[in-house]
Amino acid sequence: MIDKIVQSMADAMAGIEDGATVLIGGFGAVGQPNQLIDGLIEQGAKDLTIALNNAGVGRTGVARLMDLGRVRKVICSFPRSSDPVVFESLYKAGKLELELVPQGTLAERMRAAGAGIPAFFTATAVGTRLGQGKETREFDGRTYVMEQALPGDVALVEAWQADRWGNLTFRESGRNFNPIMAMAAKLTVVQSQHIVELGELEPEQVVTPGIFVDRVLHVPYGDPPTF
Amino acid sequence: MPDTAVAEFKPLSRTEMAARAARDIPEGWYVNLGIGIPTMIADHVPSEREVIFHSENGVLGMGPQPPKDQVDPWLINAGKQYVTLRKGGSFVHHADSFAMIRGGHIDLCVLGGFEVAENGDLANWATSENDTAPAVGGAMDLAAGAKRLWVLMEHTTKDGRSKVVHRCTYPLTAVGAVKRVYTNLAVLDVTERGFVVRDMAPGLSFEALQERTDAKLLQG
Repeated sequence: MIDKIVQSMADAMAGIEDGATVLIGGFGAVGQPNQLIDGLIEQGAKDLTIALNNAGVGRTGVARLMDLGRVRKVICSFPRSSDPVVFESLYKAGKLELELVPQGTLAERMRAAGAGIPAFFTATAVGTRLGQGKETREFDGRTYVMEQALPGDVALVEAWQADRWGNLTFRESGRNFNPIMAMAAKLTVVQSQHIVELGELEPEQVVTPGIFVDRVLHVPYGDPPTF
Repeated sequence: MPDTAVAEFKPLSRTEMAARAARDIPEGWYVNLGIGIPTMIADHVPSEREVIFHSENGVLGMGPQPPKDQVDPWLINAGKQYVTLRKGGSFVHHADSFAMIRGGHIDLCVLGGFEVAENGDLANWATSENDTAPAVGGAMDLAAGAKRLWVLMEHTTKDGRSKVVHRCTYPLTAVGAVKRVYTNLAVLDVTERGFVVRDMAPGLSFEALQERTDAKLLQG
């Protein structure tokens, strides 16, 4: 019997190695796998490259992981946030490498990784600082820059419902980067608000099929914090 | 000598700027609004005119902000504000959301700007070569990918420097992408000949507008 549901955070985090590239879902406070991030902090892997949209708020979660010196490099589109204190101080001190990527390119690089596409051409960032030094090519009279796929060793994903095969649904705008990160990583670890019986999810309703998922931890934390 | 022109015209307020741009958005368009004044445009499109608003974080068919006691903590827009979903709305993941943008499916994107140049270049994401924490978000995708790019911004900086320029000095967001600019002083089309004035704030003369503008303007 296939059963991807794990019973403990330690099982969920097992085998994540130093130097790993970790894709972390979420946009703002929504769809962010907070408990898995805390689990990664606990687990101890260091020298990490993390890819995510925002580089942490305040001093908890991703910001804490960076504060503890466990992150070597951040790949993101919007390092600023309402309170990016940890990122900014480490970045200014030269202790954190930043690869700034346009948000759509960030998403597409992970989608490409999940789909076996090593690189693609896009009009985004042509003629800008973020396109500098990249290979360009013309198609039908328009210039495009080449962007490479961004595969992860690990993806940390938040879902709304999951079954033991790892089929997932997401809640409203909590979907964001989660499904594409699940596709792009060798090891996809999911925290899910609800665990349902196999067959309970309508096939048409499944957003991420279990083929993209390795482990599921039940984390019924409720709603994201409101402000 | 006092600048008499200042007394004779009234620049548009931010609300009026948003309303002015909203007037030009027809029913049926799929529209992405940037953070800041552009977000306010949605409040000025009458609900009977069906315009479908898109937000980069995977929301298509976004509705207005909810009252504080009816906030849905799972439903935010790209500015991380709480929003609602209209009937017929849908959620997608980030790659599909940006496929809508980069694949040319979004009819119109309206962004804020630091500078717009007469060749259509836009600078709106970084103000120097060594920003402490440069952040780009989806601006470059939207500018390069939407069918039309409009910019909604004040005509000048707080210290009076024109943001409508001959050439951008700040790092570019996109090259030759802007089609139209709405400011508190004027509506300008970007054409092959440069900026063409389509509309001006009430009481403002072409000469007074040119005086406040770095780029050379053409009468429409």
